[in-house]
Amino acid sequence: MRLENKVAFISGGARGMGAVEAKLFTQEGARVVIGDILDEEGRKTEAEINESGGECLFVHLDVTSEAEWQQAIEAAIARFGKLDILINNAGIFRSERVEEISGELWDQVMEINVKGVFLGTKAAIPEMRKAGGGSIINISSVAGLIGDVISAAYTSSKGAVRLFTKSTAIQYAPDGIRANSIHPGTIDTPMTAEMLLGWYRDDRINRTPLRRIGTSEDVAYGALYLASDEASFVTGAELVIDGGRTAE
Amino acid sequence: MRLENKVAFISGGARGMGAVEAKLFSSEGAKVVIGDILDEEARRTEAEIVESGGECLFVHLDVTSESSWQEAIAATVGRFGKLDVLVNNAGIFRTEGVLETSEALWDEMLEINGKGVFLGTKCAIPEMRKAGGGSIINISSVAGLVGGPGSAAYRTSKGAVRLFTKATAIQYAGEGIRANSVHPGIIETPMTAPNLLADEAARQRAIARAPLGRYGQPEDVAYGVLYLASDESSFVTGSELVIDGGVTAQ
Repeated sequence: MRLENKVAFISGGARGMGAVEAKLFTQEGARVVIGDILDEEGRKTEAEINESGGECLFVHLDVTSEAEWQQAIEAAIARFGKLDILINNAGIFRSERVEEISGELWDQVMEINVKGVFLGTKAAIPEMRKAGGGSIINISSVAGLIGDVISAAYTSSKGAVRLFTKSTAIQYAPDGIRANSIHPGTIDTPMTAEMLLGWYRDDRINRTPLRRIGTSEDVAYGALYLASDEASFVTGAELVIDGGRTAE
Repeated sequence: MRLENKVAFISGGARGMGAVEAKLFSSEGAKVVIGDILDEEARRTEAEIVESGGECLFVHLDVTSESSWQEAIAATVGRFGKLDVLVNNAGIFRTEGVLETSEALWDEMLEINGKGVFLGTKCAIPEMRKAGGGSIINISSVAGLVGGPGSAAYRTSKGAVRLFTKATAIQYAGEGIRANSVHPGIIETPMTAPNLLADEAARQRAIARAPLGRYGQPEDVAYGVLYLASDESSFVTGSELVIDGGVTAQ
């Protein structure tokens, strides 16, 4: 198994891509902690994994709170003894264009999508150092690489995650801690469900050379590769999983 | 197994990264054809894989010859019935800067590293189309992303591979054929050994520049190629997988 003896923390693990990653990681031998504000769905995912023979712990986590991150990482250590992998997966999407974005909306997107990644990384690094190294995977987006007809705060937040990842990679490489970003294209998840309707869904499919919307599994396998020791020479890299959209 | 029922062709598979990829692919269930000009080393790699229970065929291949490629792909399909995965791995390295690069060196570099990838892709696509799709993995380099001292022709050839890959990805996505480039940093292989590994001072300088503090091994690259070859990456095309220990992130 590709993640044998590893302990992984996944923010936003209650549903969507995070939950699929949690299930895939436990199938590959990892013990997984999922942190989320969605308590009910988080407990359901936790139960599903434990019932299917995996080891999973749910902890309540608001990624914008440093105190909650500290408690969540402490809970992970208390239960599983160490931390090897962090997936900063929690995030929100907002479609507003530049002129439509209120100051509050901008702040909220940046708080969750960017500060959440920073705080998770900050809380995880001391434990990874104790474990002799680790792998941090930040879920950015193709929106962190190119502009789009909708959304500006989201795009900005994902661009910030891209470069925060490289900073982390360079600064903690001597400790054996790797950091990489994943850039999914359009993926069917609970987060994107409201957006991926009607003309916009058709537009996304037409803009994707492989002519389909991606699945959470498409992203989860990329995260698995980066989490595992198979990627032990990969750090500061960007894994684009977008059906070819940004290659043209 | 992650490549069960897949048939893979690996150019430059006699030794180095190509041979490690062939062995890893075989251990993941693929039937593997290795093409190379190094007949003796290739036959040894072929024998090693077959003796360890894998299925492997060696075919002589000069990547600069279209007819050689046609024969190699025909031999692949003749033996294993189809083609799912192509790794354009064959390549040469030269350190000369612009002024030291002769026209002959330039032409040789672009022939092998550039045209070799084009011809392999051109010959593989019709077979992948018949198979209902496929995955092409082109071994570029971090030298295809950034400048640096020397190696002008090499960098140019690897930059060409980067964009040829994206052209292939976009043009054949409609047929389920994916194409991605892999960009290794400094990897310890027979190709790099004479230039990069012999001089201990240069070796220490290069390692000091690598954030992870080591050279890569062929296995580091092979696992990335495995990910791109397998259906785990079925939504990944036109992408660049950088495996460089963090060198180009700074």
